[in-house]
Amino acid sequence: MSSAESLSMAGRNHGGPSLAALLRVELLLALRKRADIANPLLFFVTVLALLPLGVGPEPDLLARLAPGMIWVMALLATLLSQESLFRSDFEDGSLEQQALSSQPLYFAVLIKAAVHWLVTGLPLALLSPMLGLMLNLPAAGYFCLLVSLLLGTASMSLIGAVGAALTVALRRPGLLLALIVMPLYVPVLIFGTGAVQAAIDGYVFGPQLAILAALLAAAAALAPLAAAGAIRISLDN
Amino acid sequence: MAWQWFHRLGSPRWFYQKTGAWLPWLALASVILLTVGSVWGLGFAPQDAKQGNSYRIIYIHVPASFLALAGYYIMAISGAIGLIWKMKLSFAVMRAAAPIGAVLTVIALFTGAVWGKPTWGTYWVWDARITSMLILLFLYIGVIALARAFSREQVADKACALLALVGTVNIPIIYKSVDWWFTLHQPATIKLTQSSSIDPSMFYPLLTMIIGFYCMYAWSLIAHTRTLVLQREWRTQWVQQELSGMETQGKGGK
Amino acid sequence: MQFQFASFADFLTMEGHGIYVWISYGVTFALLAALAAFPLLRRRQLQRELQRQQRIQQRRHQAEKERKTVEPA
Repeated sequence: MSSAESLSMAGRNHGGPSLAALLRVELLLALRKRADIANPLLFFVTVLALLPLGVGPEPDLLARLAPGMIWVMALLATLLSQESLFRSDFEDGSLEQQALSSQPLYFAVLIKAAVHWLVTGLPLALLSPMLGLMLNLPAAGYFCLLVSLLLGTASMSLIGAVGAALTVALRRPGLLLALIVMPLYVPVLIFGTGAVQAAIDGYVFGPQLAILAALLAAAAALAPLAAAGAIRISLDN
Repeated sequence: MAWQWFHRLGSPRWFYQKTGAWLPWLALASVILLTVGSVWGLGFAPQDAKQGNSYRIIYIHVPASFLALAGYYIMAISGAIGLIWKMKLSFAVMRAAAPIGAVLTVIALFTGAVWGKPTWGTYWVWDARITSMLILLFLYIGVIALARAFSREQVADKACALLALVGTVNIPIIYKSVDWWFTLHQPATIKLTQSSSIDPSMFYPLLTMIIGFYCMYAWSLIAHTRTLVLQREWRTQWVQQELSGMETQGKGGK
Repeated sequence: MQFQFASFADFLTMEGHGIYVWISYGVTFALLAALAAFPLLRRRQLQRELQRQQRIQQRRHQAEKERKTVEPA
């Protein structure tokens, strides 16, 4: 069942589907694709398990690398899963239907990004303390790692949605998507790892988390706007 | 009525015919300014007390860095104009600005790296400026790669314009965050350029080079846009006349 | 304002920094020249492409004419 069909079912009672209904439908659809949820997580764990094999098992070295590596790998995992964000809806035409409907495309994109975060960013963040443990992350860093990843992956889901929308009409967007989105992730990465590092070194990390939250707020306001525009452009193709 | 020039500016043909006369002058100005500036900077500007002669790279590094950043804004603004007023020419300017900006970013990065060797003893340091410049290059590459991915030019134009705009919103944030990241990791730094305290004998050749680079940039942007216009308006009669007309002149010259 | 170097050889070596300075200037101007050359080359390419197409079209016209003159007979 595509989004379009389920949407028409969800919205049978009132003219258009409500946001909550839209969220529920999108979430159900996302949860049905088990492999799409599992793959980013497995990627995240596998690559981080390769790190000690690459640099050696020395605990001090791993502890130094842990915050940065966990963050970079979370970034990559988010990015790789983003390619399929609009893909199936684009192919079966439900994206076009949403673009034509009375409901602003802005909310449709916002909800899609939110669902993407719920099925990738959230589990990634929840999984990160375990990886921190394996990489000998100092105890002071765990809380901050979890919170910064929760905030940061949400921003990345939103920013990545713009790239996914721009490349949805292309046949094989994988690497191109990474190329155009990665530079935009830089601030999130810097403040995310900065926060964790500050926490480990015993400094205050509140300001960095506040900046991450501010970035998230800005991304939530602007990214769906840009992504909606990008979807309209892609539908022209 | 006041908007007439604006709409005319949107016509690729009008642009092509109008700018043809400007090109030689811009080319002349940039060649003279760049030559004078280079000779002045290389041979006549006094030596820097701290860095010796290696500082002479400043005369190309700083103008290239200026224009690399300004070029991104020029690209984004012309893309925005294209999106808002659906102006064909504006998209052509945007597409022309992307490779030019990327080349200038490469120049800025290369000269920065070469300058780093005698100054810091290594070609690459993760200095805030260099890192921001590198990310700027990635942003340019993203736009160029996106443009090449689409088969239909019109879609590519709009997609690139949107990406450039998203990048523009991000650039200040990226620069600020990289700055913050750098101060976090290396509190004490050697500032390479402090333009506020630069001596006039060093500043005037720099100014000459900056203006020369701007002329060069304007020339390239117009010339690249003109070839893009020729390529895109390929089927129209005026382009075919333009191209074949030049050909007969060339043959007559021989 | 005066020339800062005692001799031309001094100017080239710049007290050991010459290599860095000259490589920077060389690469910069090479890249700028490439930037300047691209539109000119592209224009020539477009011209050649146009000529080729015109030739093809002419030949097609001629072939059509010949066929028309042959057919009635």
